[in-house]
Amino acid sequence: MLLSARGITKTFDTADGPFQVLRGVDLTLEAGETLALTGESGSGKSTLLHLIGGLDTPDAGEILIDDLDIAQMDDTARAALRCGAVSVVFQQFNLIPSLTVADNIAFQARLSGRHDAHWAAELADQMGLAPQLRKYPEQLSGGQQQRVAIARALAPKPKLVLADEPTGNLDEATATSVLDLMLELVADTGAGLLMVTHSDRLAARMSRRVHLARGQIA
Amino acid sequence: MTRTVFTALLSHWRRNPLQLFTLLAGLALATALWSGVQAINAEARASYGAAAATLGEGQFNQLVSDTGGPIPQSTYIALRRAGWQVSPVLEGRINGQRLVGLDPLTAPGGLGPVTLGEGAELDAFLGGAGQVFGTPATLEALSGIEAELILSPDVAPATALTDIGVAQRLLQREGEVDRLIVAQIQPVGRPALDDIAPGLSRQVAQGGSDIGRLTDSFHLNLTAFGLLSFAVGIFIVNGAIGLAFEQRRPVIRTLRALGVPLRRLMVLIAAELLVLSLVAGTIGVALGYVIAALLLPDVAATLRGLYGADVAGTLQLRASWWVTGMCVAVGGTLLAASGAFLALARMPLLAAGQARAMAVAAGQTARVQAGVACALLLLSLILGFTADGLVGGFVFLGAMLVGASLALPLILDHVLRFGQRLSKRATSQWFWADTRQQLPGLSLALMALLLAMAANVGVSTMVSSFRLTFVAFLDQRLSAELYVSTEDAAQTATFLNYAEGKVNAILPIRSVEIAVRDLPTELFAGRDHSTYRDNWVMLDASAAPWDDVHSGESIMINEQLSRRADLNIGDVVQVQARAYSVSGIYGDYGNPIGQALIAEGEFDALFPNVDTTRFGLRLPQNEVSDFVAAMERDINLPASATINQANIKAFSLSIFDRTFTVTGALNVLTLAVAGFAILMSLLTLATMRVPQLAPVWAVGMTRQRIGRLELARAVLLAALTSLLALPLGLMLAWALLAIVNVAAFGWKLPMFLFAFEYLKLFGFGLLAALLAALWPSYRLARTPPSDLLKVFANER
Repeated sequence: MLLSARGITKTFDTADGPFQVLRGVDLTLEAGETLALTGESGSGKSTLLHLIGGLDTPDAGEILIDDLDIAQMDDTARAALRCGAVSVVFQQFNLIPSLTVADNIAFQARLSGRHDAHWAAELADQMGLAPQLRKYPEQLSGGQQQRVAIARALAPKPKLVLADEPTGNLDEATATSVLDLMLELVADTGAGLLMVTHSDRLAARMSRRVHLARGQIA
Repeated sequence: MTRTVFTALLSHWRRNPLQLFTLLAGLALATALWSGVQAINAEARASYGAAAATLGEGQFNQLVSDTGGPIPQSTYIALRRAGWQVSPVLEGRINGQRLVGLDPLTAPGGLGPVTLGEGAELDAFLGGAGQVFGTPATLEALSGIEAELILSPDVAPATALTDIGVAQRLLQREGEVDRLIVAQIQPVGRPALDDIAPGLSRQVAQGGSDIGRLTDSFHLNLTAFGLLSFAVGIFIVNGAIGLAFEQRRPVIRTLRALGVPLRRLMVLIAAELLVLSLVAGTIGVALGYVIAALLLPDVAATLRGLYGADVAGTLQLRASWWVTGMCVAVGGTLLAASGAFLALARMPLLAAGQARAMAVAAGQTARVQAGVACALLLLSLILGFTADGLVGGFVFLGAMLVGASLALPLILDHVLRFGQRLSKRATSQWFWADTRQQLPGLSLALMALLLAMAANVGVSTMVSSFRLTFVAFLDQRLSAELYVSTEDAAQTATFLNYAEGKVNAILPIRSVEIAVRDLPTELFAGRDHSTYRDNWVMLDASAAPWDDVHSGESIMINEQLSRRADLNIGDVVQVQARAYSVSGIYGDYGNPIGQALIAEGEFDALFPNVDTTRFGLRLPQNEVSDFVAAMERDINLPASATINQANIKAFSLSIFDRTFTVTGALNVLTLAVAGFAILMSLLTLATMRVPQLAPVWAVGMTRQRIGRLELARAVLLAALTSLLALPLGLMLAWALLAIVNVAAFGWKLPMFLFAFEYLKLFGFGLLAALLAALWPSYRLARTPPSDLLKVFANER
């Protein structure tokens, strides 16, 4: 089992008092499997994704990635996890504006010591980014930026790719082409993919789908 | 409408209190440093002014004896009877205080006796035991004398005023006066001076007191320092105002879209800035007063020791400081806001809402900035070779400092780009690239640091060079081990009789004031002795300058006279009826007037009536104390009439140390202001940094590491800036020593380099940056993950 989350709860303090976003969520994912996580706004999809990605810690429950409980990890260990075994693709791209496209793609892999120049070049080529390698993010279109973000996420050959509405900021045609590329490359690497999406159309492209409602798997 | 718009504008500060604090604190600090230095200068100058006003120094022509001796009272009476409107002055020292006797009935208007403090009734002043006026400290020193002591704060420090008759009695100089003040309006047809008093000559008014000119060098340096400190503060204000304008662009767009005329908007923003500058100015002047009050005792001690100028060690609250301080604050704000105002005035309505990243804005102006920087640096390069006047010197300084400041971000950008190219690891590559990206936001603070560091290097170099030169000069000029002053001819004879044979050499010191090419010059008599030949260092000389002088054919002059009268080796100088060729030009640091030296025999022939009352004695240093004690015991010559050379040198060094205290304190303050600029810039940027750093954190860099790199970034930029500040500071010192000093005072100081001082300053610069970056970096390192996650939240 690549990912096993059991009994995950998370509560945030809000102006109106504590708000429990996740109420005992259980979730599993096998290597090579693709999973769509759907749900209404505020249902806790992104929070769950952040917890699995080690960006935040749950109040209760365990999250095992390759049998390692990331809920018990300290900040440094979770950081190491993020730059190697788990990669996150965000809706807002979140590229590093001061680095070129080539450096952005290689950045995460180099941080984790898993940089493979040949693989990075192949990723850039497959993503159609070869002519853009020396450009800076601000010089690219939204679709191109998201392709850079996906290439960056895949460059360290992670075991698990987490995508938070990766096509949410793109038009339909671009969104389809970006998703096609992502699915193809994830399949090539044998990684697991967990994608948060509002779109039934995109969710239908995944091998499995779970729906989150009011902090619980429906 | 006005009120509503004003409220909308002010709401920005409510939501950005840190920015408001930066603006107010930057302006207040700039004003404080400027007004503090100006307060010190003004207080010192007021003290000289009081001296000049009460003693008539520099304001009126004066009659003095050709021989340098006293003028008989009968000569004064003869002149008055012949119609000359002259007034007598007698001076002497009692208990270390300068006692000045004046005649209130004949003194020209505005001089001491007619402007004495309240309670000075003429009868009491002239009659009985007489009245003596002075400050509390002066009167305390004179407490034993036979006269009524009257408190008068207007009298110059360490000076007491009294009627000339009282002065003659107290100084035991009945029937003598020292000089005669000549009223500006004289009766037509009065007889010529030579017909009545042939032994007197007229000394032309000098337009200011000697002391004032003597200390101008010190004040000029302080003023330059104050100006630089102010510039540092203005960089902070400029940054704060620029950011406030940038952040308010959407509000301004909305207000204009809602129908607020641009002109009204600008007037309201100007009014807002005026209010803020008045508040900051008030705080700044008050702070400046505190700085001045803390530093003034050291400044007073320095001036007293270096130049013999008496300055009160306490500060008076003068209305003019408040006025100039507030003007400086308002003017500085306008200066700092002018660019932002211009941009606002030219901004199309629809463009106003497009928030521009600082980097983009900087990128657009980089080319213009580079052009202006190059032009200014080129101008300063040309002026460096050609400038020789005060104006040229200051234009050179201004062009160099502003040009270098503008060039700084561009130079740093190239250095960082180079660093990025060399880096191999992802973290270091990102570090260099991200540092480059932060540069526009930090450039104003770094410019402030550059100026602060350059000022520190420049002033340290100048003061330390001055110290080295002056100490070497003291060794040269105070080569005798003991100096003795006698009171009259009888005491001189007794002393000479006694000392002859007991010491290695007795070197008489006597001088007279003459005019060389219409320039006031002090002419000294020089004895042919190895003391002079071995110790005096010539800036330029003939093959055997001393032989030439003692042959009776030549004269030596100081650098000041050489420069002002354009005299070089071999040129002819006329003294009375004799002509001498210049055989040597010597350094004479700190002396405001010309000086010359001829052979003792020549001097005696030209000025036979000049008494010798000062002597330099050569004897083994370890015998000095015994000899002084023996003179007191055997011929009743008090120890107070002698000066031990070692004591003078030790005293001079202690004075320099006080000077260092003053400049050191200003150094620390300026660096602190620059550190403050960095702190405020980093705190302001910190809010914008979270979205930039969140992706780096998300892909696996810990917050602690990000915090450490933020700290390293600030230190790296400070280090690069400090390195660039070193040559700039040295150029500043060179300009002050070689151009400004020569133009202002007529003598050039050699420049020395002080590697350890610079290393120390470099360390201080890094420390200032480190301290400034500590809190923002700590805050970034402790940013809660929830804040970082907000960057990635889809539902924003």
